[in-house]
Order: sequence, then structure tokens, then C-alpha cells
Amino acid sequence: MKANLPAPAGSHWMAFATIVNKEVNRFMRIWLQTILPPAITMALYFVIFGNLIGPRIGKMHGFNYMQYIAPGIIMMAVITNAYANVVSSLFGAKFQRHIEEILVAPIPDILIVGGFVAGGVARGIIVGAAVTLVALFFTDLQVHSYAVTISVVILTAVLFSLAGYINALFAKKFDDISIVPTFILTPLTYLGGVFYSIDLLPEFWQRVSLGNPILYMVNAFRYGVLGVSDIDLTTAFAVILLFIVALFGISLELMRRGTGLRS
Amino acid sequence: MNALELRALTKIYGNGKQALAGVDLTVGEGEFFALLGPNGAGKSTIIGVVTSLVTKTSGQVRIFDTDIDANFARAKSYLGVVPQEFNFSQFETVWEIVTNQAGFYGLEPRLAAVRAEKYLRQLDLWDQRQDRSRTLSGGMKRRLMIARALLHQPRLLILDEPTAGVDIEVRRSMWDFLADLNREGTTVILTTHYLEEAERLCRNIAIIDDGRIIENTSMKDLLATLHTETFVLDLADPLTTPPHTAEFQFSLLDSTTLEARVNRMRSINQLFEFLSQREIRVLSMRNKSNRLEELFVNLVQENGQLKVLDHV
Repeated sequence: MKANLPAPAGSHWMAFATIVNKEVNRFMRIWLQTILPPAITMALYFVIFGNLIGPRIGKMHGFNYMQYIAPGIIMMAVITNAYANVVSSLFGAKFQRHIEEILVAPIPDILIVGGFVAGGVARGIIVGAAVTLVALFFTDLQVHSYAVTISVVILTAVLFSLAGYINALFAKKFDDISIVPTFILTPLTYLGGVFYSIDLLPEFWQRVSLGNPILYMVNAFRYGVLGVSDIDLTTAFAVILLFIVALFGISLELMRRGTGLRS
Repeated sequence: MNALELRALTKIYGNGKQALAGVDLTVGEGEFFALLGPNGAGKSTIIGVVTSLVTKTSGQVRIFDTDIDANFARAKSYLGVVPQEFNFSQFETVWEIVTNQAGFYGLEPRLAAVRAEKYLRQLDLWDQRQDRSRTLSGGMKRRLMIARALLHQPRLLILDEPTAGVDIEVRRSMWDFLADLNREGTTVILTTHYLEEAERLCRNIAIIDDGRIIENTSMKDLLATLHTETFVLDLADPLTTPPHTAEFQFSLLDSTTLEARVNRMRSINQLFEFLSQREIRVLSMRNKSNRLEELFVNLVQENGQLKVLDHV
């Protein structure tokens, strides 16, 4: 019955769709851990920084403080959730060894990376949308450019999903997947212009801030929503795309070498 | 056509341990093949290399004439693997696990559903299809891994100790299932610690020790090399000393349990004739160990002695 049949030709598209479906099902199954907490955390930011402290700060680039920080807070949720989704999912799959289900199947490395990244992007966008809904309870948001807003969200989610993928490949224990978010991602996000314009900083610290890639994403997104930015839009897109190309290349090379997956 | 060919396969892990030291092995299409060896001999490393979970250091692997270095995706599509350790998500249902695996191999959802139902029914898991995998018993988990490996209908199925830790009833039903699968044309490679399993199912056998194949022949030829068999006899009356004869070797395990080593040149009838002549009544008799087990132990011990001599 079987041995004389040719091996199934297979459909890479189906394999990719299955990985994405599995990834989305994973975080939707535990939405109380993956979707709700960031929405509540960001609501607290709006209450504390927007409602309580904001009126004392006054206008920033012509917008009230709540409006000014809303894009940054949405972007912060996208960044942390895209990263967290991929790093925890891939490391969990390594830890429980069910990543082997994917590795033994005839799926090209590029689609394995792509599938996990698509899962991270999906969670980043869903959480971003949830936080946007929360933001609308506190302030009005008029989108200045849908094209810029949507493309920045997607590209940023791709970038941090790739970063999470690389982190998970190298991770050997649970501590290893929390070090980067705690000691690198969170400080860079807070210092990435989420809560302030870098115009407020002394010149030296403005220059230092330009070395923070998250500054470019937050400002590009803020431009998309409010039409104001500390950074030139072309430069911001160039930086984001540069990082994506670099991280994607590193991911594929690590997959080719079998780093963290094959012994 | 050969289902699997390994040529001069070596694997040295990052810590310097050499797991495979030039393995040559051929498994023909349609075979039911046993790969045996003590713990750490290299069985799982071979399976790891063939399935891409372990990167080989050197050598060649061909699956149905497809070199894994030239076209690993095609080679993988021929292959189904049932690993030694459970390797599915503890949070997914049985249905999700098998249909996802079908998707990874490119099967359309409708075909995946048809095959999932077929194999879950055949392996008595249909009623558990909506259960989360962590709630299954050990035997069910083993059967789930077999069902999962069959969804894309591989031409070569590799099972790494598939019946470890399952009760005898489930084990026997799995043997029947695998024998049927092989009869239908699937080439099966089995590693197991239950040598009775290998003797019962497999027509050809390779024994690996210390990263080298030390025996590779048909089960029939291998068993024919067994010169003596040892039986344990339960006696009706106690003995104080074992009987003496040049024809058989006897030793007393206790006063009513006699161990008899019988050369292949002698028949069991001759043994009973000898015992009857001495008025030794036998209540029951059994093999001391499985025949393959006896050969396996001898071969591995001989290989160990050769290694010691190498180092002298």
C-alpha cells in the first residue's frame, strides 16, 4: 500500500501555514496570559502618566501628553509581545522537544523562521490593537498616515520576532530567555522616546539616544499616528529594514549550522 | 532499491565523544530490520543523523537513493520517525498533534483529517482525540507517536524503542500493527531493548557497539550461530548434586531447580531420555533467556574483550 507510492511532494505553503496556525493557537489558547496582561499594564501607563502626571507636563509637539505617549505605549506593547511570543514559544518547543516535529519534516529553514516570526507578528498586532482600544478610552487618536502606521507596526513586530527567535536558539535554560528582555529590551524601550521627545534631552544624550534602534521605531510610528517625529522618516525605515535584514540573515545562518536545535 | 544506506558514517560530539566510528549499514526496501546495541552504543545517534536532528561529522546517508546532503527535504519526505522520548506538546490535543504533523509534511487539511481518523482508530486513540496529550497513559503516548509518524505514509519508518514502558498487552498489539504495516510494504527499522521483540518481528539485524557495527546479518543466520541453549528445569524431587555426563552440562540453582546447557547437536528428546533414565522427574521447563539475548550478550562481550586486547 505504501512502499510503492512515491513520497508525497508536499506543500511548503501548507507547512508554513501549519506553523503559523500552531503559533497563533498557542497564544490564543492562553490569552489570559498573553493578550490581557499587556492591555491592563498599558492601561495603567495611561492612567498614571497620561491622566495623573500628563496635565502637569503640558503640550509636547503640539499634542497633550496623553496623545503624545499613546503611540509609544502601543509600540512598546508590540515590541515586547512580538519578542516574548517567539522567544517563549521556540524555547518551550525546544524544552519539550516538540520542535523535533518540525525539524524532521521537509520544511526549508526559511519557512520555519518565517512561521515563528509570523506568530510573533500576529501576537504583536493583536496586543497592539488591544492597547489601541484601551488608549481610545483615554484620548482621541487621529491617524495621520495609515500606510506609515501599519507598515511600521508590522516591520517592528518582524524585527523583534526575529530577535526573539535568535535569543531562543541560544537559550539553554529559562533564565536565558528573560535576560535580554529584562536587561536590554526594557531599558532600550523606556529610553526610546516612548514617554518623551529627545528634544528635551541635553545634546550629548540626544546623540546617545540616536544609537537606540527603538527610538526610530517609536518615532516612525508616532509620525504615522500624530504626524510628528524626532527622527527623519526615511532614516527610521532604513534603520528598521537594516536590522530586519541583519537579524534574518543571522537566523538563517544559525539554522543552517543547527545552533541550539541540532547536536 | 535500498531504503537506507550508511557509508563510513562518523559523529564526534562537541565534547569530543565519538558516537559513531565509521558505520556502514544497508537496509533493503521492505525489510523489518532490528538495530540493537547496549546503551550509548550509537543507535540513537544513527537515527538522529538520518532524521536531521544530529549533524554528522562525515560519511554518507542515502534514503531511497536520495543523498541527505544533496536533497534533505526529499529524503525526509520518505521518512517517519518514532523517537525514544515523548516529543509532542503537552498542551495540544491528540487531534492537533497528528493533524499538525500532517501539515508539516504538506498534506491538505481534508486528507490530513481522513488519515488522522484512520490511524487514530487503528491505534485505539480515536476516543481520546480531543484529550490533551499530557492526560494520556504511557502506552497511549507511544501509540500517538506512531500514529503521528504515519500521517504522511512514509516509505521508511524508524522506531526508537517504541514499546519501552508499555504493558505486554499493548506491546503485543503494537507488534501486530507494525507487522501488518511492514507486510503492506513499509520498511521498518526498530531499535529495542526487548530482544524477544526483535526476534519475533525482524528478519534482519545489525548489532552496534561503541559506534561500530559488530554484526549485520539475517535473524535466521544469527540464531543459527547459537551453539548451545540453556534451559531451566523445575524438578519434582530435590537433588543434592547435579547429574554428570559428557552430553549435557548441568548445574543446580537450588535443590529443585536444574539448569541444563544443551548443545545444538543434541535434541531435547535426548535430554529428557537422559533425565528419565536417572529417574529425575521434570515438572516444567523454560528457556533461561531469549536466544537472541544470549547471542547479543556474547557478541557485545566479545567486542569488549577485543577492545581490551586492542589496548594491550
